[in-house]
Amino acid sequence: MDNTPSQAAPILRLEHVFKRFGGLTAVNDVSVDIYPGEVIGLVGDNGAGKSTLIKMISGVYRPDDGRIFLGDEEITLSSPMEARNLGIETIYQDLALCENLDATVNIFLGKEPMRSLLGVFKQVDRPHMLEESTKVLDRLDIVIPNLRRPIRQMSGGQRQAVAIARALYWNARLVIMDEPTAALGVPEQRKVHELVKTLKANNVPVIIISHNLQDIFATADRIVVMRRGQKVGDLLAKDTSGDELVSLMVGVE
Amino acid sequence: MTTAQLESAAQRSPQKRNWLETLGAVWAWIFLLALIVFFSITGKGFLSLNNFQNILANMSILAILAFGQTFVIIAAGIDLSTGYVMGMVSVVSAIAMTSLPPGLPLWLIVLVGAVVGILAALIAGIVNGFLIARLEVPPFIATLGMFGIARGVGFLLSNGMPVPIQIPGLGRLGNGYFFYYHPQIGWSFLNPPEGLERAQMRELVGVIPYVLVIMLVLLVVAHLILSRSKFGLRTYAIGGNKEATLRAGIPVVRQLALIYMVSAVFAALAGLVYNIRFTNGAANAGEALLLDSIAAVVIGGASLFGGAGTLIGTLIGALIISVLANGLVILAINPFWQYIAVGTVIIIAVLIDQARERMVRG
Repeated sequence: MDNTPSQAAPILRLEHVFKRFGGLTAVNDVSVDIYPGEVIGLVGDNGAGKSTLIKMISGVYRPDDGRIFLGDEEITLSSPMEARNLGIETIYQDLALCENLDATVNIFLGKEPMRSLLGVFKQVDRPHMLEESTKVLDRLDIVIPNLRRPIRQMSGGQRQAVAIARALYWNARLVIMDEPTAALGVPEQRKVHELVKTLKANNVPVIIISHNLQDIFATADRIVVMRRGQKVGDLLAKDTSGDELVSLMVGVE
Repeated sequence: MTTAQLESAAQRSPQKRNWLETLGAVWAWIFLLALIVFFSITGKGFLSLNNFQNILANMSILAILAFGQTFVIIAAGIDLSTGYVMGMVSVVSAIAMTSLPPGLPLWLIVLVGAVVGILAALIAGIVNGFLIARLEVPPFIATLGMFGIARGVGFLLSNGMPVPIQIPGLGRLGNGYFFYYHPQIGWSFLNPPEGLERAQMRELVGVIPYVLVIMLVLLVVAHLILSRSKFGLRTYAIGGNKEATLRAGIPVVRQLALIYMVSAVFAALAGLVYNIRFTNGAANAGEALLLDSIAAVVIGGASLFGGAGTLIGTLIGALIISVLANGLVILAINPFWQYIAVGTVIIIAVLIDQARERMVRG
């Protein structure tokens, strides 16, 4: 799919967003547009403001100034839950899964489908959950043998897959991934890259924060570089190199 | 194919984990069986219908108390107040039942006692829940405070004395059986055959005590809730990862508060069964049962780290403790050894639990 910014309408638009903590301006006048099916790599040194920026999109922080649009509508998010309800799904580094429960429960947690037992008792509809989970994992081209195993018995890549499946199942309009490969081995990193591409193929834009430039180059269409709270670069991935990114990140020409 | 690599990576380490988890689930059954075999061989009179029914009836109160504790421990909490909440309910409902005007039918008296008792327990449960879920007081501290408060209320209301409940028929409710069998007369249902002489009474055998049935009904209800309802699922979720449960949009504060209320209600039910069984309200009715209830849950395979446990497991745990208590008496071993045995078993169970946890994290 070809997404030249001028053609499609952006899914998410940040306009001159600021966030200050006391005397520190963590995010300083940042504007970014994100288009359907686009993968954005967000890079920067520690303390560059990546996390703060992301937390404003996922509803953790409220910007002190500036505007955020989702589709055509301006949004003000007061909680992560509100962001989720609008279709902004954040997959945190720790994945936020209940490791004692299986994949199906994790996908449906908080929105459990129910069915009646003998007309007197409402029970969680596990067969339905299994069926739907299998479907959404198929969509992601993921095979997890025995979905009824607790998450803790799964590999890191499989856990990522479950977290992504959850986001996709609930019709995410935008997925944010925070250091998705930090704890993974090489083959699993590759699987995560594939998952990101699947999301892209489903026309869901993805923002990836990563320290690992390999992640970024393997997946991103566009790379946004931050330094000291400001956006210092917004480049097409195919037109740039690791060296250029690093020099932008640390501020040497 | 990367998927294949994924699978092999996933299966490498869990072999050992699975083995440990199976052991964790099965060892209690093996231990119970071993205890029964051991006492049957060494203890005279252990292996008999009468004695087994005794064990089961005696276990019922502990089991009911432990059912509530199971919910709390699965949610990664602990309720130290259950024993004295049970005692407080025992006193409060005894007072309520005995201060009713005479001549009321038994079912009404019991109903009033139950409603008053459950309400009293709910106050304790709501306070526990509010402190722990809303104000984030550690469960250990909040319920230890309630332990003291409920204890004080129970003793104050009863002046430190047992409250006798002299209501005709109440004792039979607590100590009766569904069936009676007499070698000469045969079977009878609900009531012993009439006109028995004292000598014949000795040969009368009761089968299936009422309190056992009460306990089993509560077990089924609690099991359905825990294993099949949304409430149960979310109880496991909170115990597994509270933060993730919150991010999934579940009202964690409300859920957690409700869990402590469930525990209080089971404490109340235990207190009510105590009252009909002993026809006495006593502030210290559950004093010795707190440790046992936690032990039953932990022996039953629940993790004190939260997120794991079942009511069937808790039932097995309660059985182990009751068999142990009964067997020691039959072997004429000083019953105080039971406390040492239960304490030791708790510590061993937690060590196994920790080993399991380390396996999982490591």
